[in-house]
Amino acid sequence: MLQHPTEANIVNGCIATAAASMVMIGAIVTVALLTKYRLWSVLWSDWVTSPDHKKIGIMYVVIAFVMLVRALIEAVLMRGQQAFGLGGGFLSPDHFAQLFSTHGTIMIFFMAMPFLTGVINYVMPMQIGARDVSFPVLNSISLGLTAAGAALVMISLVIGKFSTGGWFGYPPYTEANFSPGVGPDYWIWALSLASLGSTFTGINFAVTIYKERAPGMKMMRMPLFTWTALCTSILMIFAMPPLTVATAQLALDRYLGFHYFTNALGGNMMHFANLFWLFGHPEVYILILPAFGVYSEVISTFSSKVLYGYRSLVMATMAIAVLSFTVWLHHFFTMGQGADINAVFGIASMLIGIPTGVKVYNWMLTMFRGRVRFTVPMIYSIGFILLFVLGGISGILLASPTIDYQVHNTVFLVAHFHNVAVPGVLFGMIAGYHFWFPKAFGFRLNERWGVFSALCWIFGFMLAFFPLYALGIMGLPRRTVAYTEPSYVPFEWVAFLGALLILAALALLLWQLWVSIKHRDENRVFAGDPWDGRSLEWSMSAPPPKYNFALIPAVKGRDAFALAKEEGTAFQPPDAYADIELPKNSAMGPVIAAIGFALGFGLVWHIWWLVILAVLAAIATMIIRGFARDTTCIVTAHEVRQEHRRWLNAVAMATAVSRSKEREPANAGLAEREPQGAVS
Amino acid sequence: MSQEVMKHPGLNLGPAHGKDNEAAETVMFGFWVFMMSDAILFGMVFATYVTSIHATAGGPGPHDLYDIKSAFIETMLLLTSSFAFGMASLALKYKHSKTRLIGWLAVTLVLGVSFLGFELHDFIAMFAKGGVPSRSGFLSAFFGLVPLHGLHVTAACIWLVCLVGQIARYGLDTETKLGIMRLALFWHFLDIVWIAIFSVVYLAGLT
Repeated sequence: MLQHPTEANIVNGCIATAAASMVMIGAIVTVALLTKYRLWSVLWSDWVTSPDHKKIGIMYVVIAFVMLVRALIEAVLMRGQQAFGLGGGFLSPDHFAQLFSTHGTIMIFFMAMPFLTGVINYVMPMQIGARDVSFPVLNSISLGLTAAGAALVMISLVIGKFSTGGWFGYPPYTEANFSPGVGPDYWIWALSLASLGSTFTGINFAVTIYKERAPGMKMMRMPLFTWTALCTSILMIFAMPPLTVATAQLALDRYLGFHYFTNALGGNMMHFANLFWLFGHPEVYILILPAFGVYSEVISTFSSKVLYGYRSLVMATMAIAVLSFTVWLHHFFTMGQGADINAVFGIASMLIGIPTGVKVYNWMLTMFRGRVRFTVPMIYSIGFILLFVLGGISGILLASPTIDYQVHNTVFLVAHFHNVAVPGVLFGMIAGYHFWFPKAFGFRLNERWGVFSALCWIFGFMLAFFPLYALGIMGLPRRTVAYTEPSYVPFEWVAFLGALLILAALALLLWQLWVSIKHRDENRVFAGDPWDGRSLEWSMSAPPPKYNFALIPAVKGRDAFALAKEEGTAFQPPDAYADIELPKNSAMGPVIAAIGFALGFGLVWHIWWLVILAVLAAIATMIIRGFARDTTCIVTAHEVRQEHRRWLNAVAMATAVSRSKEREPANAGLAEREPQGAVS
Repeated sequence: MSQEVMKHPGLNLGPAHGKDNEAAETVMFGFWVFMMSDAILFGMVFATYVTSIHATAGGPGPHDLYDIKSAFIETMLLLTSSFAFGMASLALKYKHSKTRLIGWLAVTLVLGVSFLGFELHDFIAMFAKGGVPSRSGFLSAFFGLVPLHGLHVTAACIWLVCLVGQIARYGLDTETKLGIMRLALFWHFLDIVWIAIFSVVYLAGLT
């Protein structure tokens, strides 16, 4: 910047410096606040070493929010650049390429994945009547690996540069010949850490759902969110290894001169395309299925009705999970594999529209003749249904190879996948955040600001992405820093306006959190059931005790808690309390996080002593853990009894509120009994 | 009846180990799921190899580099080591003496390490003939697949030593038993992967 003080260099330099200082200032402020309020020991013993699935879930969501802020600011910068992009703009091509690469990488791997992992972590064990996941310490390690990957992406803002190869890092562009810097290495190791963490998460969740269900919780009695969690976990188990292989092979190419994907000596980049999309396509269903689960819970709860077509929703979820592995070639229709193969994969891709359509009808029929309340999660759900159908239809268009040839590599595609990813994944996760926040923290989020934020998200999204469909058909290629066609300009400006509205939506969301924390005492819901919930997570105090259930419930049917309320067996003290065995805190998670970060950083910068040290430390940590024996602690029956009785007393003291008052301070988390028949 | 149903997948420890069987249920199932994921990992690397067989870029190919005699010896070593681990598992199940258990584990380890030795010897011979991974896409794929299996065997050997250490420290408590049972599964799994390597890489490569 100082050697070549052109206007563009100064602007780019300032933006990069500002971004780097934001990371540094954020880190320094965090450290300072933790020190000032003496929170280090709380952070260590209550949070980062905790094997409690609820705390791990919350930490995942915190990571997701931090990364969302960064990636969204990047998106606004990109839209700004495009608005001014006629013949130039203010960003350099290299800077712009870093922006779209980090934006995509972060949004997929460090926003959406941690968000859904966090929500599943928090909710799923309670929904199936379990005390924790099957492997609590492994859960903490998965979080550590994800955090280490996220930290690598963040540090790349300060030290060195990130990849310019897009979120999919296609070789041969990302090979050492064309991208000699550290950028692709940051990408490789951040993704490798995250994908390892996700593989373990998938294993952990799937085993939990198969093995830890409460007595009577048959598979076909599981809440739909748990079903989607199961299918997502299975996808993670099978789809993450191809990504691990792809990034590892790219690393071997770059570090040791292998020839997997190079242009010369027998390398073939199509190996990468196949491996990457064999992961990448199931990945989009890993992202969307939990959101489908959230919408199912939200729509059923805020319509006071059982979910319409439960069985068909389960079947549709499983069908999507299976089909997701049969379509990966549609990501390279135009790379010359012939018409027959394109036709097969085109048809397979279109088939996914069928189970998805089933779901949309089920959600609409759940609302039909229900007592629908337009709470914040419900606004997101309805916005989702309308927008997602549009996104789905544009997907069916793209699934046709002939049309794909026409709009290939244009912003039409960008519009399509944002049209499914934003209303689908992001709205779903934010709806889930609003829905379960009172359960997690014991108070409700502010409704008014929530509605404003939701409307800004929905309309901001429409403004930001609908023009891109038109631009794509007009021929604007994706990932271009500037263009020479004046007719693009008005569309680009509308999109920029949309991006600003989305930024406002995020700001409102954070403001809502602040306001809600400030006025938390007016919105307490200790009784734990603010929305007249239907599944087991609502049958305990808010926030729940660390062991979840004072006594593991016996499940008698679908919508277990709604059933218990109807039969009058909810909120009953058990005959006797028993000691509860819980896993002890373990430093494995934070230690693995530190090792993972050191390993990634050492590899990026070729600091070999650090790499060797980190590998040895990892092996030593695992060996030491193998020798650990005293890994559980006991919560005494007396303690359980006291806590449970305190909650039951609070429930007895609370006034039940009707559904019309559920958004008012009167709602202390106890729902009035519905008139007979309203819940069936 | 329900006891039978609830037993974990894999070699059971017998009716005398009721509580251990219960603990094994989740842990063993989780390990099977992990191995499924690991199998996908190998599947992807196999796919890369199979699609790269002809990408020799004018460099040495299978006929120039593979030593079928050595590969056969490696196969025998690994199969025998799996048999030895089977004997160790039986010693655990029928509560034979600890010496017997550790004895069979030691045999397993020796055979496993010999396998690794032969494999290393193969790689060195290939290197001497110009068969280095950076020579061609084919050789990259070979060195991405076979040493990956070797790395798994190395990890399994380290794990085995640690388990013997745990037996020495804690005796045969539930944790140690579960460790042995998991390692047994892992060891047999690597055997199966090796058979695939022997068939797909060595036999198919030389026909």
